[in-house]
Parts: sequence; C-alpha cells; structure tokens
Amino acid sequence: MTTTLPAYDEVVARFEPVIGLETHVELGTNTKMWCGCPTDFGGEPNTRVCPVCLGLPGSLPVANKAAIEATIRIGLALNCSIAEWCRFARKNYFYPDMPKNFQISQYDEPLCFDGYLDVEVNGEMVRIGIERVHLEEDTGKTLHVGGATGRIHGATESLVDYNRAGIPLVEIVTKPIPGTGALAPEVARAYVAELRDVIRSLGVSDVRMEEGSLRCDVNTSLNRPGEEWGTRTETKNVNSLRSVERAVRSEMLRQASVLEAGGRITQETRHFHEDTGDTTSGRSKETATDYRYFPEPDLVPLAPDTAWVAELKAALPELPRLRRKRIQQDWGLSDLDMQSVVNAGAVELIEATVAAGATPAAARKWWLGELSRRANETGVELADVGATPAQVAELQGLVDAGKLNDKLARTVLEGVVAGEGSPTEIMTNRNLEVVSDTGALTAAVDEAIAANPDVADKIRSGKVAAAGALVGAVMKTTRGQADAKTVRELILARLGA
Amino acid sequence: MAAISREEVAHLARLSRLAVTEEELDTFAGQLDVILQSVAQVGEVAAADIPPTSHSVPLTNVLREDVVRPGLTPQEALSGAPDAEEQRFRVPRILDEDVAS
Repeated sequence: MTTTLPAYDEVVARFEPVIGLETHVELGTNTKMWCGCPTDFGGEPNTRVCPVCLGLPGSLPVANKAAIEATIRIGLALNCSIAEWCRFARKNYFYPDMPKNFQISQYDEPLCFDGYLDVEVNGEMVRIGIERVHLEEDTGKTLHVGGATGRIHGATESLVDYNRAGIPLVEIVTKPIPGTGALAPEVARAYVAELRDVIRSLGVSDVRMEEGSLRCDVNTSLNRPGEEWGTRTETKNVNSLRSVERAVRSEMLRQASVLEAGGRITQETRHFHEDTGDTTSGRSKETATDYRYFPEPDLVPLAPDTAWVAELKAALPELPRLRRKRIQQDWGLSDLDMQSVVNAGAVELIEATVAAGATPAAARKWWLGELSRRANETGVELADVGATPAQVAELQGLVDAGKLNDKLARTVLEGVVAGEGSPTEIMTNRNLEVVSDTGALTAAVDEAIAANPDVADKIRSGKVAAAGALVGAVMKTTRGQADAKTVRELILARLGA
Repeated sequence: MAAISREEVAHLARLSRLAVTEEELDTFAGQLDVILQSVAQVGEVAAADIPPTSHSVPLTNVLREDVVRPGLTPQEALSGAPDAEEQRFRVPRILDEDVAS
C-alpha cells in the first residue's frame, strides 16, 4: 500500500500533536521480582527458573526488597509522591509468555505517582509530567517456529523460554504532553534520553535499549487547533533513541494523511519497523476490563514508611541535569559546546576520561572527534564504540609524553577500537612510536637535504617557510613517526637558518 | 434480572481461550448468575464504614533480601511440560493475541 504522506511542515501547521510515553525498565537486581532466580542477560533457555516464576501449583511469590527500593528511588528522582499504602494487582491474560496466565503488576495503586522530569530541548526547558511509576514483572521470550517467515503469522508453534519471566520491570508513564508542536519528536527523544540518564545515575539498571533493558512505547495523537485531543495510537517496538524520534514523526505523518482524507484514527497498537521507519497496525487494543485486574491475593500490601522513604531520598545521587551544569562550569564549556557533548552521549565518558588523567579538552576532542565519527559510521552508541575512558586517557598520555603525534595517535585509536589491546601495546606491537632517536632523525634530515638541493638553498638564504617541503620528506621516510616540530628544528639547525 | 448475560459469558470464554458450546453457554450463564447473586447478597450487609477487604491478614511489607537461591534444572523445569523442543516449552501457535507489558 502506497500513500503519499504530507510534508511535515504542513502537518504541524494544520495539526497539534499530543504525545505520551510508556517506558519499561528492567531492574539490575541480582534476583527476580518474586523469587531467588538470577537475572543475568542471556543464558541457556530455562536455566534461571523455579516453581515460583514457572507458576507451579503451591508456590508463593515474595517481593524483592531491592526492587521495591529501586522503584521508590526512581520515583523520588522523578519528583513523584510515594504511596503510603499500595497493592499489587493481577493482570489476567492468556498468552504463554507468562506461565501463570497472569502478570503481577500494579493497577490503580502505583507505588509512585504525580511527578515530573525537566528535559532540555534546543536550549529550552520542557517539563514532562509523570503520571505514575509502578512495578511489575517481565515476561518470558517466545520463539515462533514452523512458519516460513519466523514471525507470529504463519507460525505453527511457539517455543518459550522463561529465563526473563519474573525479572523486575518498572513502568514509567508520562502524563499526556500537549503543546510541543513541531518539536514533538525531539521532545520524545530528549525525554527518553534524560530518563535513561537519570536511571543510570541511580545505578538501578543498565538501561541498554539494544538489549531491551529499556523499552519504549510511544503514544501519539493529532487534533486540529481548538478541537479536542484526537484518538491515540500506541507504537511498540521502539528500541533506540533515534527510533523514538522517528516513530513519533512517522505516526504524525500517517495520522495527518488519514485525517486529511476525511478518515478516522483507530485506537490500536502499531509496530515500529527499524528498517523503514514506518509503523504498521497491530492488534486492536484490549480494554483494561478485559484484563480483569484484581488485588493480588498472594502478596500483602506495601506500606513504605516515611523514614525509609526519607532515607532513600537523602541518599539520591546528584541528578544528571545538575551534574551537567556543574561539569560545564568545571570544564569551562560554552552552552553550545556542552550541548554537543550531551547530544553525543559523551558526558559520562568524558568525565571518566578526565578522572583517568586526561584534560577535559583532550578528552572531549577524542570522544567528539574520532570516536563519535566511528560510532556514527557503525551505528552504535558512543559508549559501545569499543574504546574505554581509561584507554582514551592512556592514549592522550602517550601524546603528552611525545611518544605519539596526532596522526599516529589516531592510528593507535583505530587499533584500540578494533580490539587489538591497550594503546601502549598497540604502539609497541605495531612499532608506531615517534622516532625520537636523534641519530636516525638526523640521517633522515640529511637525506632529505641531499635529495632537495634547491629547497635547501632557499632555506639557507633565509626562506625558512620552505622548510615545510623537507619536513614532509622526512615524515615520509620515517612513515609519519617523527615529531614534525623536532624535524623542523633539526632541518633549520643543519642549514644554519 | 440476570447478573451476567450470555454474551458476557461468551466474552469471558474467549478471553480465557475456552471453547464453549452454545449449550454450555446457557448452562454456565445460569450457574455464574447464581454465584454472582449470592455474592451480591453479602454485599448488601456490608456497611458503608467497612472498607472492601482484599487481604484477610493484617500484614504489610513482607519482603525478601535480593539473594540468589538455587532453582530448577531445565530438565526439571520441562519435566511436566506436555511438549518441549530446544530446551523450551513447546505450545500451539498463538494468533494475534495480546502480549503483556
């Protein structure tokens, strides 16, 4: 089906978007939510299971204290109120990703509610309302087999692995976000990025979108100015920051084309496709009553006492936005420079590189230069580019010690990214160290002078600028491993200029 | 008036993935109706000052330390499964059903 989509500018001129985000975060606890099974990522199928997470008769869940604490800390970091008393709820549905035929979640009594997160978009602060933060359990993984495509349609059976079933999952739901206009896709992205940073700073999850420990559903609706909010769709399978932005934008375009043609938006789940950037229709959304929520009888209510909550609040770390402000001052960066550091996802990397001994300027140069370019080329996040802050600091140390020049350092960095070892190892193994042996250098200089007598004459007669040609020749014979400044000084000394 | 309609029973059966015949729908609708009416009678004696009870034991905050405990081997886990393949539970295909989140 091909339909011509309207231009984005026209869409935002005629319609106002309202967006909302539901984010699921897998907590990095040692054990699952209701049992002592480990939570490590990966692992052979069904090796991290027990009677509780398999829903076997007679087993009873007991809540993980660390997960409750982590959820309260997330709530506090998002300026939420913490429920004085709340219950878990049983969400009934029949699908084999949960062996119990229900998921333990929270319904009308979330652990944390009514907060906000301030997010910076193009230098402007946007306050995103947080509706609720609640705790539930993750589901198992189903593999559809027997069909030609490996997808759910056409499959004849499903194979289920329950290693992930029961891992604590925190759901963070925003209030509807109106009034962002053309910036809606960027606001959505900035919110998820900020939320990820906040949660990472709390140390409660590794929040890696590519591994699924942070997953995002994006709600989008459009209305004409002055009219009521439109019908929303929920886009699932949005697994990178870039996809969050693309999913909102593509859904705005699609809905606008439907509305412009006099059609109506169906309330439904849509699936985002990373390759095309489009969404396609999923099932029609079941209503909440179909889940027949009721208070979970196997778990007693939670009543976090105020002293405990106050203690958790007092122990919150410095939050990313404030930390960024402090770092910007420490590093002496302009707003614009700081923005580029933030946009590149390099704040923590640079901070760690500085802690490992590099100057802020040098650390920033490597992370925003070579390494950002590399990350963009290979389509990975900067943190996953293959170099660590300690390695970058070590590399810069070699430059500062005069052992590597800029060009050689870049070659060494390529080796680091390729996994060849530490900068010092690569420099030694590949014999990349700057030639500092003056004897060898003098020989190379003499050779260059002998090969270029006219240039040498010019320099002797006072045209020192001509030395550049000889420096180039020496660099060539030393395979770039000489320090250009030293070479230049040697040439001038040899020619008495 | 009946507390539950035949259509509601059919809807519940669909949500529960139960194949219920036309005759069974009538039977179950009647039976469920009796149950619901009986529960409604209890509701009549509950005074406004008595909050609904979800838990009969007055306990809160029963929590567990975050410590790994041994579970089942995959063989044990799959021993009660009707079918297994590749160390996974094998179930009939599922068509456009809901996935919880």
